[in-house]
Amino acid sequence: MAMEGGQKLPNAKQLPQKLTITRFKPREFKPLDILILLVSLASSFSIVWIVFTQLTLLSGALGFVVLWLPIFLVMYWFVNRQLFTRQVAVDRLIGSLVSLGALLMMLPLVLLTIFVFQRGIPQLTWHVLTHTQQGVVLTPGSHDTGGVLHALVGTLEQVALAACFGIPAAVLTAIFINEVKGPLTKSVRVVITAMSGTPAIVAGVFIYSVWVTRFGYSGFAGSLALAIILLPTVTRGTEEVLKVVHNDLREASMAMAAPEWRTVWSVVLPTARSGLVTSILLGLAVSIGETAPLIMTIFGNQVLNTNPFVDPQMALSLLSYKQIKLPIQSQIDLGYTSALVLFLLVFTVFVLARLLSGGRRGGGARAKLIARIRQTPGSVFEERARGNSIEYESELYEDALPLEHPGDTNHV
Amino acid sequence: MSKEITVDNASLMSSGAPTLRVDGVTAAEIHAKGVHAWFGERLVLENVDLVMERTKVTALIGPSGCGKSTFLRILNRMHEIVPSAALAGRVELDGENIYDPDQRAATVRRHIGMVFQRPNPFPAMSVKDNVLAGLRFNKIRSAHKDDIVEEALTKAGLWSEVRDRLGNLGGALSGGQQQRLCIARALAVKPAVLLMDEPCSALDPGSTLRIEQTIKEIASEVTVVIVTHNMQQALRVSDTTAFFLAQDGNPGYIVETATTKQIFENPSDPRTADYVNGRFG
Repeated sequence: MAMEGGQKLPNAKQLPQKLTITRFKPREFKPLDILILLVSLASSFSIVWIVFTQLTLLSGALGFVVLWLPIFLVMYWFVNRQLFTRQVAVDRLIGSLVSLGALLMMLPLVLLTIFVFQRGIPQLTWHVLTHTQQGVVLTPGSHDTGGVLHALVGTLEQVALAACFGIPAAVLTAIFINEVKGPLTKSVRVVITAMSGTPAIVAGVFIYSVWVTRFGYSGFAGSLALAIILLPTVTRGTEEVLKVVHNDLREASMAMAAPEWRTVWSVVLPTARSGLVTSILLGLAVSIGETAPLIMTIFGNQVLNTNPFVDPQMALSLLSYKQIKLPIQSQIDLGYTSALVLFLLVFTVFVLARLLSGGRRGGGARAKLIARIRQTPGSVFEERARGNSIEYESELYEDALPLEHPGDTNHV
Repeated sequence: MSKEITVDNASLMSSGAPTLRVDGVTAAEIHAKGVHAWFGERLVLENVDLVMERTKVTALIGPSGCGKSTFLRILNRMHEIVPSAALAGRVELDGENIYDPDQRAATVRRHIGMVFQRPNPFPAMSVKDNVLAGLRFNKIRSAHKDDIVEEALTKAGLWSEVRDRLGNLGGALSGGQQQRLCIARALAVKPAVLLMDEPCSALDPGSTLRIEQTIKEIASEVTVVIVTHNMQQALRVSDTTAFFLAQDGNPGYIVETATTKQIFENPSDPRTADYVNGRFG
């Protein structure tokens, strides 16, 4: 298109006609493209339906879908091949394949969420959240199931304690591996890798033999086991995040006479903050749902025990496990409610941590963008300052951002 | 620490601290004597002697891989952070050996600041915090932090552009502004020497010009040593030029040191003439 470069521009009428470059990205789908997609889906569905129900004696939803998707892909390819070029058809075929893969990944998560909500919500009442199972008698037909309060308190205490031991240890280990380094770096990394492959039950057995046999079941014993599970996850996550921090920054800090701890504390960790929060969250999420090590460490009970250091405690995951094994329907339902509460708890932790790590002064791509626009002469801000009202499409600037901003090390 | 470098300029801001000012300037002379450097078994610099005079701009020029950057990093003990690096010789800051066993690397680096090839402001810090980072890292307390920020940014030629945005993140500035922020950051602790490792090679011509102006302006109070691949830049900003060369895998050495005018107009060594006239390198 840029063929007029150099030679004198002719007047507008003589300009060569602009080429229309068609892009094949899904977000640029025009109504026609969506129609093609829908029609392909519908017609392939119809074909499979005819084959399944009218021509053969096949049945079953899984078989239906397995047959439907390839036929859809073939049909979609042919339609696009007919209407556009081969390139467009191939592009859309591959695009559909990749999108299908993404949808398949989402499917278990969506199904799981629906399932847990479906089974758990009917019993999710204020009563259930504020009562324990104290005095609940297991008789068939009894509808007094008690509540999950003792398990909720137990989970919160155990995970909080586990985080207190596990997260500092994990972050320090990652700092040792990636920042301090030493003759032991390699062996520590091997140990951490091995730990992350250790079955959770082994952590439970370990704590059982060294702690529970001497001091008895307690929430604290459970938190020790959870800390063991949390440690490798957070360490590996943090290590990856620290690796991404550019070495230039470490050198800059050292060249300014910062001691090593200063460099890590004031430069490396703040730069890696959002990634750091993510890896800590992942560790918390893994440990919050663990059940196996808790069986042997907190044991479980029916009453509220707020002291994590003495006597058995309950946890949401363990409560689910125990309830669902019971032969009474109302008790099984409580197990699902317990699972739902756990689900919501993890979700809350994620949202909170995202808010905490995201709400920083002037941070984020958007703030940077605005900062850049403000300093651009003739920008919308300057025009407004002069009293001119000028409306710009904000998307215009957002599109310009990645092109103009090399060396963006803030977002890890 | 038993020995303290005599030019204690960095504590100028802390009220009442004793300071040494020579003729009203804070700059110091830096003198390399018989410097050799190794990476592992490989000798990369051989017997380098160079005097970088007080309040002068010294340019280090030479083809890639001749050891200029290594030499520059030796001047503030950044060489030793590379695990396999080794060194022989002396580097004296106003007569005091910075490699004295009693001398801490951090103390040396406080007096000998550095600006890197790629702008590297701390992305998680605001513009203001970037400038004050050196004070914070060195536990220098001051009641006049705002004044220090303004002074350093003014010297780096950035004040008028960022005075309203001191709270914004350093990474939000343009490349040239980021580099000037790095210069301001280095100047805020009042170093005696400022080392610059190809400070303009990642920048556009406009920003380069701005930084060259800055170098000329700050040279009255700080000794500047600049590594550059750009011959014209050496000609524009420096008083003295040292030409480094490493041939056929041999270690690098200084071919010729003279005033910049002489190096470019009437070099005594034919290889210098070939290099500055663009016949190789």
